[in-house]
Amino acid sequence: MLKVLKYSFYDLGRSRWSYIYFCFYLALGFVLLFLNNDLSKAIITLMNVIIVLVPLIGTIFGVMYYYNSVEFTELLLAQPIKRRNIFLGQYLGISISLSLSLLLGIGIPFMIYGLLKSAAIFDFFLLLLTGAFLTFIFVALAFNISLRNENKIKGFGYAVLLWLFLAVIYDGIFLMSLMVFEDYPLDKFSLIGTLLNPIDLSRTLILLKLDISALMGYTGAVFKNFFGTSSGMIISIVSLFLWIIFPVFAFVLKARTKDF
Amino acid sequence: MAFLFVFQNAEAKTIDVCKECNSTTIQKGIDKSSAGDTIRIASGIYYEHNILIDKPITVVGIDMPTVDGEEQGGIFSISADGVSLIGLKVINVGVSFTSDFAAVYLSRCSDFTLKNLVLEDLFFGFLIEKSSNGLVEGNKIIGEAKDEYNSGNGIHLWYSNNIKIYNNHIEGVRDGIYLEFADTIDVKRNVSKNNLRYGLHFMFSNNDEYSENIFQNNGAGVAVMFSKHIRMYKNEFRDNWGTASFGLLLKEINDLEVIDNTFSNNTIAISVEGANRVNYRSNTFSSNGWAIKVRGACYSNRFQANEFLNNSFDLSYNSRINDNLFEGNYWSQYSGYDLDRDGVGDVPYRPVKLFSYIVNRTPEAIVLLRSLFIDIIDFSEKVSPVFTPDELKDEKPLMKPL
Amino acid sequence: MIKVEGVKKQFNKNPVLIGLDVEIKEGDVVAILGPNGSGKTTLIKSILGMVVPDSGIITVKGESNRKDSSYRNQIDYLPQIANFPANLKVAELLKMINDIRGGSVREKELIATFGIEPFLNKKLSKLSGGTKQKVNIVLAFMFDSPILILDEPTTGLDPLALIKLKVLIEEEKAKGKTILITSHIMSFVEEVANRIIFLLEGKTYFNGSLEEIKSQTKQADLEHAIATFLEKEYA
Repeated sequence: MLKVLKYSFYDLGRSRWSYIYFCFYLALGFVLLFLNNDLSKAIITLMNVIIVLVPLIGTIFGVMYYYNSVEFTELLLAQPIKRRNIFLGQYLGISISLSLSLLLGIGIPFMIYGLLKSAAIFDFFLLLLTGAFLTFIFVALAFNISLRNENKIKGFGYAVLLWLFLAVIYDGIFLMSLMVFEDYPLDKFSLIGTLLNPIDLSRTLILLKLDISALMGYTGAVFKNFFGTSSGMIISIVSLFLWIIFPVFAFVLKARTKDF
Repeated sequence: MAFLFVFQNAEAKTIDVCKECNSTTIQKGIDKSSAGDTIRIASGIYYEHNILIDKPITVVGIDMPTVDGEEQGGIFSISADGVSLIGLKVINVGVSFTSDFAAVYLSRCSDFTLKNLVLEDLFFGFLIEKSSNGLVEGNKIIGEAKDEYNSGNGIHLWYSNNIKIYNNHIEGVRDGIYLEFADTIDVKRNVSKNNLRYGLHFMFSNNDEYSENIFQNNGAGVAVMFSKHIRMYKNEFRDNWGTASFGLLLKEINDLEVIDNTFSNNTIAISVEGANRVNYRSNTFSSNGWAIKVRGACYSNRFQANEFLNNSFDLSYNSRINDNLFEGNYWSQYSGYDLDRDGVGDVPYRPVKLFSYIVNRTPEAIVLLRSLFIDIIDFSEKVSPVFTPDELKDEKPLMKPL
Repeated sequence: MIKVEGVKKQFNKNPVLIGLDVEIKEGDVVAILGPNGSGKTTLIKSILGMVVPDSGIITVKGESNRKDSSYRNQIDYLPQIANFPANLKVAELLKMINDIRGGSVREKELIATFGIEPFLNKKLSKLSGGTKQKVNIVLAFMFDSPILILDEPTTGLDPLALIKLKVLIEEEKAKGKTILITSHIMSFVEEVANRIIFLLEGKTYFNGSLEEIKSQTKQADLEHAIATFLEKEYA
């Protein structure tokens, strides 16, 4: 697996898309810091951007990489390597390289603007952690889509739809159902609704950091327990891990029986 | 007046209280004294309660002697003018559901001084009724209040006026400082924190000023109700978290000045209900859940030159009518531009978001804060306001913090 | 050496293999022939584990090929369409496969034989079809494994390269290797193979030696023998 990872990584290292992604974040970081000159405000803006953009890029990039590397995959399949390792290796290769682009892309401008001496450093790490989680989750989802669809166009279509659903439509439905059932106690429902969408889940991590004062204004005990103690952070991180593990498991399972 | 003072001084004597002295208890010392005398209490523990001070004397502790009331009732009771109580540690006040036992109780006194006292394990700390012209300074009041019904207030003023409350540290009581029918009170540089209910509580009190105080982690910071002409300068309101928790509550208030205060990390920084002619100027609101939550009718309030930094909601409004002025504030969520480079944004800022309405209606929706979907509906509301007051906007938002 | 028993496979409800039984013994040089869509490549990919049969068992040296991937160490494979990762250079590809698999014995020699040196530093996406096929051949022959599977090895080769390929196959035959070939060039098959498996509509239609197929169809060469089969079937 490590060898596959190494070569996927190597392959991505030469793909211009990795650099475009890296440069995009580099530019975003510099522009935000130039406009604000305030680390913590720039971090908040970045969080909003990352939560939406990282999933989009993760899915599109994941699907694109899969279709572009079918030849590589077939070459590897004839070699004495387990299928699981081939796909896990490629998956890790792309996830790690995307995470690195994110890390370096926004890390460099923030370092230059004095991140290490700033109190916002914890928020910044939370931001990177969330970005990395979302990358791993959405690349895994992308692999699931592309392994199940030979047709590239269809695969891209589903990828965009998936992103649109989780980033926007889900929250719309979520809000509607909250408003329709507002006469009922909803605090459990709203927390479960949050756990079921990885984008909402990462948003929660950020809310815990930035909006805890507002969250504590709500009366529900379950809510209070979730947001008011460290359990919110722990449950969110565990759920994010599950959101990686299940899709990875699903695509490994699919890859076992797929024909090439 | 000066003559009287000198005259009294000439007659004054000092009475010592200690285990080996003629007076072995504070009460005996007081009984032996006459007006103008000083009673010196040596260090040690004195188990006494209901100590009555009924003449103008000065009671001074040397090296902080302890007066232990053994939870029998109130400890000092002052009923004369011109009494000073200085440098004592007063502990174990009795708790009662029928009487308001206090570490120090004053009734109908004027010209009193309560200074450098440490009050612990108390019910009420200073209970001051119908008194005037006093100084309460440098005291430390540490309670362990757990429930509102069987706890008292740190400094409690009732029908009193012209009193200075300076540099006190109050924590763990019901209300840190409570003012009812108390006029021209000056509350300065106090710290009031970890109290069950309010850090400072005003009821029916007018013409008071409080400044440079810190109110932290109380059930709620400061409540000002049914009062007029209050001035609040340079106070800090921090970490007041919880359902219906706020830094400052204004309810049925007229003519207030709220200037140069800092509100940070409160669930609601300022909660306003029926407040008119309030000037909010040069305050900083940072990282609050709601910077300002307006309920009910509020008229002719002015919000100018304030900084709103990273609050979840800058302003929440539950009506469509607006008669208040927002001008020249800095809003960190403002995303406009300044083409003419005069430091003022060229497009107005609308501090009320549609989402704050939704959260008012369906509180659970708060979990959707900062979601893209919410940004989209907020944006469309911004473009064409339907639910939020159309004219509620800051026409001159600042581009940079002050 | 390789045993295929009752293998069935359908793609999107199109049956491709319907109960295929094939046995290939050590030292056999088998040509798998059949019209387009008869399941040749599916059979090869099934042996390689790239296609998962719906039912049936395939064993390589007595071990089921579903259990584990190490049996592929015994197989050198030349795929039909040489698709390579586009971003890699030829030298890198060779290095990578070598790294993953280990133990190439004649890489340099093969590079020289097929004249690939000038292309070593070119990206695979920039190569012509013939050159790609030469790289493909180098990759397949550079390891010395007991089983060799060649899917359309002659595609795109110039006559000189074709001769060199035949020489290579002869050498491997001499070493006693088991070789599986598919090809549309019957003369090539006739030259190298000693057994023919003819697939038709997902089944083994014929399995026997070159001589047997010729005598059975009463034809002088393989091309006509196969044509006879097809005529008989579709007439």
